[in-house]
Amino acid sequence: MPTKVENWKSEIYGSEIREHLMEFAEEGWDAIPEDEHDAWFERFKWWGLYHQRKGQESYFMMRIGTPNGVLKPGQLEVVAEIADEYARGPVDNPEFGGAYCDWTTRQSIQLHWIKIEDVPEIFEKLEANDLGTQQACGDSWRNIVGCPVAGKDKHEHIDAWPVAEELHERFKGNDDFSNLPRKWKVAVTGCDQGCGQGDINDLAYEPATKEIDGEEQLGFNIRVGGGLSRKEPRFSRSIDVWVPPEQAADIGAGMSALFREYGDREDRFNARIKFLMDEWGPEKMREVLQEEFVDFELETAGENMRESYTYNAGGEEHGDHVGVHEQPDGNYYVGLDVLVGRMGVDDVSELAELADEYGSGEVRLTQRQNIIVTDVESDRLDEFLDEPLLETYSPDPHPFMRGSIACTGTEFCSLSIVETKNRQVRYARWLKDNVELPDGVEDFHIHLSGCTASCAQPQIADISLRGMKTRKDGEPVEALDIGLGGGLGENPQFADWVEMRVPADEVPGYIENLLATFEDERAEGQTFREFVAERDEEELQALAEAEETDYEDPYMHNTKMTWYPYAEEDDMGDSPAPTNGDGDPIAPADD
Amino acid sequence: MTTDVHQLDDGAWISVNDERRINVSDLWLLARHEVCDCEIADFLVEGFAEVGVDHPDIQAKVAGRCIACGTEAVTDWITVGRVIDPESGEFSAVDVASVHVPDKRHRLARPE
Repeated sequence: MPTKVENWKSEIYGSEIREHLMEFAEEGWDAIPEDEHDAWFERFKWWGLYHQRKGQESYFMMRIGTPNGVLKPGQLEVVAEIADEYARGPVDNPEFGGAYCDWTTRQSIQLHWIKIEDVPEIFEKLEANDLGTQQACGDSWRNIVGCPVAGKDKHEHIDAWPVAEELHERFKGNDDFSNLPRKWKVAVTGCDQGCGQGDINDLAYEPATKEIDGEEQLGFNIRVGGGLSRKEPRFSRSIDVWVPPEQAADIGAGMSALFREYGDREDRFNARIKFLMDEWGPEKMREVLQEEFVDFELETAGENMRESYTYNAGGEEHGDHVGVHEQPDGNYYVGLDVLVGRMGVDDVSELAELADEYGSGEVRLTQRQNIIVTDVESDRLDEFLDEPLLETYSPDPHPFMRGSIACTGTEFCSLSIVETKNRQVRYARWLKDNVELPDGVEDFHIHLSGCTASCAQPQIADISLRGMKTRKDGEPVEALDIGLGGGLGENPQFADWVEMRVPADEVPGYIENLLATFEDERAEGQTFREFVAERDEEELQALAEAEETDYEDPYMHNTKMTWYPYAEEDDMGDSPAPTNGDGDPIAPADD
Repeated sequence: MTTDVHQLDDGAWISVNDERRINVSDLWLLARHEVCDCEIADFLVEGFAEVGVDHPDIQAKVAGRCIACGTEAVTDWITVGRVIDPESGEFSAVDVASVHVPDKRHRLARPE
């Protein structure tokens, strides 16, 4: 029997939600019938609006989908203006101020504290600038990810940007694919470094060569069924299919139609295609795709380039495009480190101006929550690098700053168990000031996810942190499970969960002790990932102890029990929500 | 009126009559349970796997982990609240700090 969510979707879903959303926006928050809240909030996701957690009723997170992370000239300024005007909450964040933009691990943008009454104006401004929120959340084709410097990269074999654009155009607002059993995440990469992260997507296009009619051609191998959520991580698996770029969208249509027809609509926990892959295996997946969903003969897989994948591979890697890199056209792209992916709105605005002044105005978002300014002319490069803003968002950051990723956490998210972004900022700063990295270690990834949904992709980090609780001196405190040795590359590896329920204030001490052991015991030139891989569970557990240090964690209490963790008066009862379009509290109706 | 109960957002919370009433991330004490060998399990609620009704109780199967011993499990049905007034649908959640006793009896929120 279909789930409740499926029933709501069968009544109204996809593009048609918009007219209702606009009506509610016109009439105000109160106009959404109370007994239809859950149905509408589920549907609004399709238009990129996600109702914030308990205590923040009437406020939404808005996700803007930027395919392949590309923000065309002028678009960053628009995003900054929208954030400045509409994404201000009742209380400032102590690290990031009153308004800020989040760059996500899927190369999208998230704004918070959005009021439904402001949605029409925001949509109008976004759409006038070729931006949008359609299908940024919900059960459909999500934002397409890929190598963020597609078309501007010396490691590239195929320019995947036109393919990503074609997929975006064909599957956004397409009624045939607007209602899938669950989210559908797609990665397209044309470079030989593996930075599209295809291994953790539902559908992945990876560069490959294939001999067709005696001639070697460039195209994509297809992989299916990757994903990290719900303690059920899977790497995508080859279905032994190669397509030329001109057939990429047809394969996408076929695979997502297969998912639409065969995905599990009776159990949302079992709905992602990774579970269908578990059940069928890649041979049957290919067979059904061929027989029922494409009208051309599928080619077998070509010669892939996975052997040369360096991205997040644990060794000599390029560090997620952070730094100064020459483009094939002689200009440069400059990747800037954004700690935990969040930038205050004034900084976003200033960066938009700098991108315009020194480059083409284009910027790109990466899957490691960073931002790249492209097309910087060589004779202005040094001047750009001297800009004061780049002291904060450095092209040459300390490894602990560059390696930090964090999800949204209990600040706004219903799912999260613990506070994340502000905590990870404090971790990174403390580690930078107190812990020496062993010789030669220039990339070290620490990913903090508040729950098992894994939005910070913890399982593919050197150190994986996942939200938990424990008791300390009898009192419940926020804690983290710690995993080690995850990463991508030719042979991707999920982290091994080694230390469980470590109080959050003892995690930096654990990392300090762990890295000291690594330095003492590593073989010469051995990477951290290799060091972890050669040890069994018992040996890994013996590597280090968690302990308190002078690191201070202000978020040890149950941040989920507050209406907003950084408010001075943070009890649920002190929340101003729900509010009206002016941000004034709406008094509860008399019984 | 009928009482509308469901879990949403990947089981992050239980909605009763379209109002978020029970959230993940709290520690619940469980007695007479089959989660682990601890006499009282100190159970972190990570997700609501199913919700059901055993009138007038609202129940849930809860996914999570005993933080005392580390065992991961999905509980049997636990009462998470009660519909006090069937006419108005008024609901009262249990005190999550109390000791909960999982039970095998239940009726699904939606008919099978």
